[in-house]
Amino acid sequence: MTEQHEHAAISDGAHQDGPTPSSGIAVIAKDAVPNPGFPPERPRVTDLDPKAEKAQERRIIALFFVSIIGSIAAIVLYIVFPIIPGDMHSVRNNTMFVGAAIALALLAVGVGVVHWSKALMHGHDLVEERHETRGSEPTRQRAAEIFTEANEESGFTRRRLLRNTLITAAVVSPLPGVVLLRDLAPMADPVPLLKHTMWEKGMRLTRDPSGTPIRAADVTLGSAFHVIPEGLNELPHGKLEEKAKAAVLLMRLKPEDLHITPGRETWSFDGIVAYSKICTHVGCPVALYEQQTHHLLCPCHQSQFDITHEARVIFGPAKRALPQLPIAVDEEGYLVAQSDFTEPVGPSFWERVL
Amino acid sequence: MTKQQPKRQKRGRRHPLATVALIVLGLAGTGGAYALATIPAGAETSAAVSDDVLAEGQALFAANCATCHGLALEGTEDGPTLIGVGSASVDFQVGTGRMPLAMSGPQAEVKPVQFTTEQIRALAEYVASVSPGPAIPDDEYLTGEGDLAIGGELFRINCAMCHNVAGAGGALTEGKYAPPIMGVSAAHIYEAMLTGPQNMPVFNDDNISPEDKANIIAYLKYLETTPSVGGATLGSLGPVSEGLFVWIGALGLIVGITIWLTAKSN
Repeated sequence: MTEQHEHAAISDGAHQDGPTPSSGIAVIAKDAVPNPGFPPERPRVTDLDPKAEKAQERRIIALFFVSIIGSIAAIVLYIVFPIIPGDMHSVRNNTMFVGAAIALALLAVGVGVVHWSKALMHGHDLVEERHETRGSEPTRQRAAEIFTEANEESGFTRRRLLRNTLITAAVVSPLPGVVLLRDLAPMADPVPLLKHTMWEKGMRLTRDPSGTPIRAADVTLGSAFHVIPEGLNELPHGKLEEKAKAAVLLMRLKPEDLHITPGRETWSFDGIVAYSKICTHVGCPVALYEQQTHHLLCPCHQSQFDITHEARVIFGPAKRALPQLPIAVDEEGYLVAQSDFTEPVGPSFWERVL
Repeated sequence: MTKQQPKRQKRGRRHPLATVALIVLGLAGTGGAYALATIPAGAETSAAVSDDVLAEGQALFAANCATCHGLALEGTEDGPTLIGVGSASVDFQVGTGRMPLAMSGPQAEVKPVQFTTEQIRALAEYVASVSPGPAIPDDEYLTGEGDLAIGGELFRINCAMCHNVAGAGGALTEGKYAPPIMGVSAAHIYEAMLTGPQNMPVFNDDNISPEDKANIIAYLKYLETTPSVGGATLGSLGPVSEGLFVWIGALGLIVGITIWLTAKSN
């Protein structure tokens, strides 16, 4: 933009009495505050003092030199601090020094350019008006002519069958995509999958991750075992999906500390209890067991469960107690499940009936 | 970066290069490396316990522990019984400075160790002589060598939920917390797993075998000595410290640069 344009723009803004209606504004307030225009222009030090201008120029040149040094330093540091395979210290040093040097190079050139534009380049305020949205009359007429000509030459409105089959073809073309997307939905009804886990009657409780069975005698007072169902490691596929539902925390408390509700008397063995490790809030693994308070804490949203009261919720956003896995001891002394969980594990889902 | 009088000298924080200096300073600070101090692991073993040692242990116990734990280890209203806790528990509690307890609180805190190694040894042997329990582990499990892959997996399954995946510790309920386990000696890590101090569950040898405990220790020692490749770990606390850093440090820097970009030059 030239000098003249700038001055015209500034005087325009400064001398207007009120805003003029433009195509972008529907309502013009009658008592609108008049546009005060730009504040009076204040010369910079560099405009007044040629020595200051020279000094700023030298500073910017220095910044660009710093940038050059940074770039070269990055190459030098990359060679001086090579990445030695197997040595994590060398990776760390290499990344840090090379990164710092490149950052210095790029920042110095960026700061220098901005400072250049602010301190030395033209300091005048200016306004660039947008061109009008509406095209000129000849342009509009020509556009209409083009449409008419195209219609005549192609016969789009005359050859009706041709036009209609084209429209139909365009409408039908996305249908394969719809069918393909529909097929991404679960093959089977997901509700039974959510309601049942791998646990079944007589299945041994085994250690995570080794899969070795656990004797009742192994679980001493205050112990916490992370448990997976027997045979999980041998699953041909879907191992993680099954583990995500069937993970269990096994704890031993003093039998007199447990408050057992009627119907669950046989679910524990001599103070050994097993609860689902999947939080009933949003399904994080709840495993922060405090062996003295018998509280179980979920690390994600701080839900707390009281193991002495059948894992009822005592704090936090969870709404339901953790499902208990009924356990027993088989003839060899190993802990086994009496059945699957008696309620769905993990967070609520739409079809769940409490 | 604005200045009212163009005549004034450009100096200090109003200096045009002050922003550059700040940015460089900030970058140097955030990229700075820090080293982890490692404490060598070690615990002595003794073959036989002499009567002198037991006598010294009994005297120390009577003077320092019996007020809360009872003269016959039976426990009082102020402290639990020590019958059956074994020497491992004593070595952990006294050896890390948790005992004698300075004051009651949500949990016993680590503080400077109050006894010499010999005195701790004597106390442990005395408590174990009254009633046997888990013993101080053998040196063969405390070398810090083992299968890192197995140790890492066991650590993530059994320990990481409380002690943080990087061993930096974490909060529990009602003021209790799982302490950081970086820099803890191999013997104390082993004893903690074996005895389940305070609210930590017990991981006995039937749950995690001595070899697997050694693997976990090896993994933790590996974590200790391996520097963070990604730069400053900010305490390895995850979203809290990283969020604070980004919201205050990085966003502050961006806001500062934005103000400088749009400010008029003088």
